[in-house]
Amino acid sequence: MQALLDWLDGLLANNSIFTLQTLSFYGEGLTTTVQLVFLSLIIGLIMAVPLAIGRSSRHGLIKWPIFAYTYVFRGTPLLVQLYLIYYGVVFVEGVQESWLWPLIKDPFMPALVAFTLNTAAYTTEIFRGAIKATPKGEIEAARAYGMSPTLALRRIVLPSAFRRALPAYGNEVIFMLHASAIASVVTLMDLTGAARFVYARFYAPFDAFLFVAAIYLCLTFAILYFFRFLEKKLLAHLKPMT
Amino acid sequence: MATTPIPLEVRNITKRFGDTDVLKGLSLEAHKGDVITLIGASGSGKSTFLRCMNLLEQPDAGDLVVHGETIRFKNTAKGRAPADWKQVVRMRARLAMVFQGFNLWAHMTVLENIIEAPIHVLGKPKKEAIEHAEALLERVGLSHRANAYPAQISGGQQQRGAIARALAMDPEVMLFDEPTSALDPELVGDVLKVMHGLADEGRTMVVVTHEMGFARDVSSQVIYLHEGLVEEAGKPADVLKNPQSPRLKQFLAPKY
Amino acid sequence: MLDLQGYGPRLLEGAGVTVSLAVLSLTLAVVLGLVTATAKMSGNVVAHRLATLYTTLIRGVPDLVLMMLLFFGGQIGVNALTDWLYDATGVDIFININEFVAGVVTIGLIFGAYMGETFRGAFMAVDHGQIEAGKAYGMSSRLVFWRIRFPQMMRHALPGLSNNWMVLLKTTALVSVIGLSDMVRIAAEASKATREPFTFMMVVAIVYLLIASVSEWIFARLQKRYSIGYGEMD
Repeated sequence: MQALLDWLDGLLANNSIFTLQTLSFYGEGLTTTVQLVFLSLIIGLIMAVPLAIGRSSRHGLIKWPIFAYTYVFRGTPLLVQLYLIYYGVVFVEGVQESWLWPLIKDPFMPALVAFTLNTAAYTTEIFRGAIKATPKGEIEAARAYGMSPTLALRRIVLPSAFRRALPAYGNEVIFMLHASAIASVVTLMDLTGAARFVYARFYAPFDAFLFVAAIYLCLTFAILYFFRFLEKKLLAHLKPMT
Repeated sequence: MATTPIPLEVRNITKRFGDTDVLKGLSLEAHKGDVITLIGASGSGKSTFLRCMNLLEQPDAGDLVVHGETIRFKNTAKGRAPADWKQVVRMRARLAMVFQGFNLWAHMTVLENIIEAPIHVLGKPKKEAIEHAEALLERVGLSHRANAYPAQISGGQQQRGAIARALAMDPEVMLFDEPTSALDPELVGDVLKVMHGLADEGRTMVVVTHEMGFARDVSSQVIYLHEGLVEEAGKPADVLKNPQSPRLKQFLAPKY
Repeated sequence: MLDLQGYGPRLLEGAGVTVSLAVLSLTLAVVLGLVTATAKMSGNVVAHRLATLYTTLIRGVPDLVLMMLLFFGGQIGVNALTDWLYDATGVDIFININEFVAGVVTIGLIFGAYMGETFRGAFMAVDHGQIEAGKAYGMSSRLVFWRIRFPQMMRHALPGLSNNWMVLLKTTALVSVIGLSDMVRIAAEASKATREPFTFMMVVAIVYLLIASVSEWIFARLQKRYSIGYGEMD
């Protein structure tokens, strides 16, 4: 362990940019990015399930408001949504003087809200497509065997739709990781925020941004392989044995 | 003397799709051990008739009596609908259907397909359901594929799995909707053999089929439908060997 | 009524920047996409590897990081190049990287990678017999490309192209971060100055939705045009 630290020390001694201090910035940025992306994906996923079921409903009063929500959030840039929520909170009359201010001045919350609403909209449409693609015969078999609509949804439609949605959802996860870079715009110290800080301090764009690009690349590949592994396990039933 | 109720009774069913009358008043009585085959050209309404029997299609008029229990209907803005879905669920559990396209649930193994409805609809304990399923798989000759997914086995194997799934409900009547039509010719035999065995052990069955050999050898009654009406019905020996109506004669005439 | 507090004309200008940026980036992306697709389909190992490296790198890194790398790094790179030129030849030039050009280049470069995948799939969907028939009638491979493969490929590529365009349009918002005055930046400035973020961000959101709707209509027309001979749109 000590030998490793010595080796790292020696390595860092020879360059002026990647000191332990800047590396700790990147480390904190990585934590923030992972927290932000992970939380928004989880909450968005939980929201998307009932929304997708409602979106597939025959009742206009349920279907159309959800469509309007997904249309707006998928049709406008995430940056605009982030600005709207961030400035929307910051500029509320009197909020800066209120006791709430210390809690909400941290841009993490508005960023989390914007990202969650955004990914929930995309995920809703992914799930809706997967639900729509359920083979009609399988639903018919469920009805013929005495399943109520709720039971058929729970046991047949949703489990097979989730599996079908997996590849598209994997892309959405990568998309969210990349989109999270704009959190740095509202002064959040995420990975990109750390890179911008290092760039501004040392005026070394290549070092600052190439390093962070490499981290993102590793994260992307990790997600990619994780989803490939999941697909292999959960989509085995779709591959004919040869 | 107490009589056991008739498993399935259908009286005067009619059904319209848009402007077309598909079923113009059809009736049928399936007593215990009956094997009733419905034959007819495509468009004669035989599949729709079968689908009306477990309400996959809603008949516009007519009565449905399952195990002595008359299904109650109510009138809604969109036409007639069952009044009590609990009753429908109960009657569907008594009538198990085997589909032309198998319709096994693709995300479950063959075994999982078989135990799904017994556990979640009938409320059977899992252990018991699995034991029953294994016995049924043995019976349809599919034990070695119990843990395969539907996409991984042949159509004939899928259909035998689907028959096991139907048997797992301990149904009073089995409904077969052209069970061999989607199969390659060389796979038809195995499925027919299983169905033959079911008839021999006294199962009550209603079968829509194009297999005239099966109709002749196995059924107790043959019904020939034409444009939503019964054109001719009776024992296979009469209907198939000695058809009266010119349409049935033509239908039965060798194609080549 | 909607009060833009005098920001109306500037927002309109910003919308112009957004649209021209998007259209120019799309043009660059289509060209790069065609080149990438061709490289990936060519038997040349080096070209194939380079194209794969390009698409993998671009698709693994956030747009914003690439944009900053190219914009902030690009200036230093260009300066180094002109310095070297001065030392070597005595010619003294100064090139200032313009935000607009940087934006077009970055977005074009990013979406070129996505277009490459779209075009590759579309080219592979064209029936090989069509190409053989062209060759059999004495067409050169150039002629076969422009008269047979390209028009048929477009039918398969359009859905992906339309999808990429919608994403690209939203990506243009990122240039506001590197200082380009597109409508998002102007709306952000106006929000801060007037403390009315809802008004300005809503206007911008509506303009994006409008552009998206118009493009949807155009793509539907194009799809019809390129589906000639295939009956209904599939």
